[in-house]
Amino acid sequence: MSKPVIATASLAGCFGCHMSFLDIDERILPLVELVEFNKSPIDDIKKFSKPVDVGLIEGGCCNSENVHVLRDFRKNCKVLVSVGECAIMGGLPALRNSIPLRECLEEAYLNAPTVDPAERIIPNDEELPIILDKVYPCHEIVKIDHFLPGCPPSADLIWEALNALIEGRPLHLTYDLIKFD
Amino acid sequence: MGKKITIEPVTRVEGHGKVTIRLDDAGRVTESRFHVVEFRGFERFVQGRPYWEAPVLVQRLCGICPVSHHLAAAKAMDVVVGTGPGKLPVTAEKMRRLMHYGQMFQSHALHFFHLASPDFLLGLDADPAVRNVIGIIGLDKGLATQAVLMRKFGQEIILATAGKKVHGTGAIPGGINKNLAPEERDRFLKSPDGLTVDRMIEWARAAIELFKGYHAKNKDLVDGFAAFPSNHLSLVRKDGALDFYHGVLRAVDADGRKVLGDVDYQDYLSYIGEETRAWSYMKFPYLRSLGKAAGWYRVGPLARLNTCDYIPSPLAQKEFEAYKAYTDGKPNNMSLHTHWARLIELLHAAEVIKELLLDKDLQGGKLVRTGRRAPEGVGLIEAPRGTLFHHYRVSADDQITMANLIVSTTNNNESMNRAVDWVARNVISGRPEITEGMLNRVEVAIRAYDPCLSCATHALGRMPLEVTLVDAAGRVRQRKVR
Ligand code: SF4
Repeated sequence: MSKPVIATASLAGCFGCHMSFLDIDERILPLVELVEFNKSPIDDIKKFSKPVDVGLIEGGCCNSENVHVLRDFRKNCKVLVSVGECAIMGGLPALRNSIPLRECLEEAYLNAPTVDPAERIIPNDEELPIILDKVYPCHEIVKIDHFLPGCPPSADLIWEALNALIEGRPLHLTYDLIKFD
Repeated sequence: MGKKITIEPVTRVEGHGKVTIRLDDAGRVTESRFHVVEFRGFERFVQGRPYWEAPVLVQRLCGICPVSHHLAAAKAMDVVVGTGPGKLPVTAEKMRRLMHYGQMFQSHALHFFHLASPDFLLGLDADPAVRNVIGIIGLDKGLATQAVLMRKFGQEIILATAGKKVHGTGAIPGGINKNLAPEERDRFLKSPDGLTVDRMIEWARAAIELFKGYHAKNKDLVDGFAAFPSNHLSLVRKDGALDFYHGVLRAVDADGRKVLGDVDYQDYLSYIGEETRAWSYMKFPYLRSLGKAAGWYRVGPLARLNTCDYIPSPLAQKEFEAYKAYTDGKPNNMSLHTHWARLIELLHAAEVIKELLLDKDLQGGKLVRTGRRAPEGVGLIEAPRGTLFHHYRVSADDQITMANLIVSTTNNNESMNRAVDWVARNVISGRPEITEGMLNRVEVAIRAYDPCLSCATHALGRMPLEVTLVDAAGRVRQRKVR
């Protein structure tokens, strides 16, 4: 039997969820033998090279690139999981949702006390991706199969969920696993 | 016909940062830029939140070094509640120090072993499929286990002081919300599983030897790669000692002359300016006294070991002396020596953790103090990647009305651009074809600065790279993906 294939991505997240994944500590050593990693910051694979069993998404969508990556993950992953508050409901970046984007840009660039008033500009180069009007949770863009709560979800929660999904059994998420802060 | 090469380190796909290199008809580099394409809007949306939320909110900008943001915000809010520098209860200040040195330890270990060591151990031109942490696990299981356990140790220290490994809640304006119980302390001093602070000190020393061995065999590369003169900035303790938690702001130039003399960071606006360029969301800070063109500086391990006079722990001080002797006591301007400096700091962090664990003040009962309210506060800290600035104004009804942040990676913006430019001009310019190894050299240059925006690379592996050669008519001539 071939190994289960895993992929991960960080969209508009802080990478804390990936850090929490790393907090499985020693369990990472057997894990890299048990599963095969495809597209992920864990390795160098940039494009999906085969069908993926489990895709883990950190972060919501705050710019056009995030949406593009998320759709690509949905297309290539049998099971897609929203990991953490940002993926599930936008998280901290979504605090900007009640504020016009223009105001956020102005505050950062036109009101910054460290920048000389005569030289205040808002970056606008063609190399910069398009920022969305607000931050969207992943399930508003594509279908999501599972949600792991937490900011970040604990390493034990990620571990239990991943094992259940790899083995094809139902997720058994007890209260102490999903309780946080 | 001119060409444009785009390297997207965390790719278009991840959307954090990318590199564009423009070539003329002869394939010579005319311009290179390192763009940061992320924008969050934090400065605006934090307005209206109660000030005590800042330490728990802001850290969610970065899950790689959340403790730095947590503490920088707490330090700024200390000033707001009237318990600025020197006025915290001693237990609170030492618990925060322990938390911070725990984070320095885990972050430096993570960076060196997971991120940088594959280049050293497997080679700059190794197959990218194995040149990552999974390759290291395959190559040397013992070393990989050590790397995992060192990171774990630092994370456990953070858990014991902040309440959580990622995004803890320990520091509050004016203090801390817990002390260190003797059982918690003893686990680090004599844990049955052998994960003790003495073991960490031993492993940190071994890591320095590992680097020195590599350096001895690869002098030209380590000394010459992306080396360029610059100013260096960091906090130092009042007496000039290395200190990650608190101090005065100092900058030296490439020859070691003090260009910013030990000033109080509450007045940072008088000394530091920032420039915005249209092609990046990340600003370009500079020393006001030297102006935009000459005032840019480096921060981080390399800068810290250039600004400080000595290291206040014996084993790291010895390593520091050898390190300084290598440049005859002058500032070190060699980008790849950042790794050497980082490992000396790793050792120092472990020594300080031990010293703090043995300090009875950590079991003290007085955790919080408040004084006279102030309308604004500035909090600075030496984060793993360099000086981190937090500045807030708070209204009389406790709402944040202004926030200004200069994060460590922003402070290194110009330096990273220079490092990329060095590689573009010295490695890529004038070559008929772009090879994978050349691309990796661009990454190696950026990676030495451990930029937080490429969080991806921190986590476990390497930046995915995409290089596209585009001619002046916009047609794709060559594309390389790995
Ligand atoms: S859920 Fe929390 S830890 Fe995860 S990416 Fe968002 S802010 Fe970071």
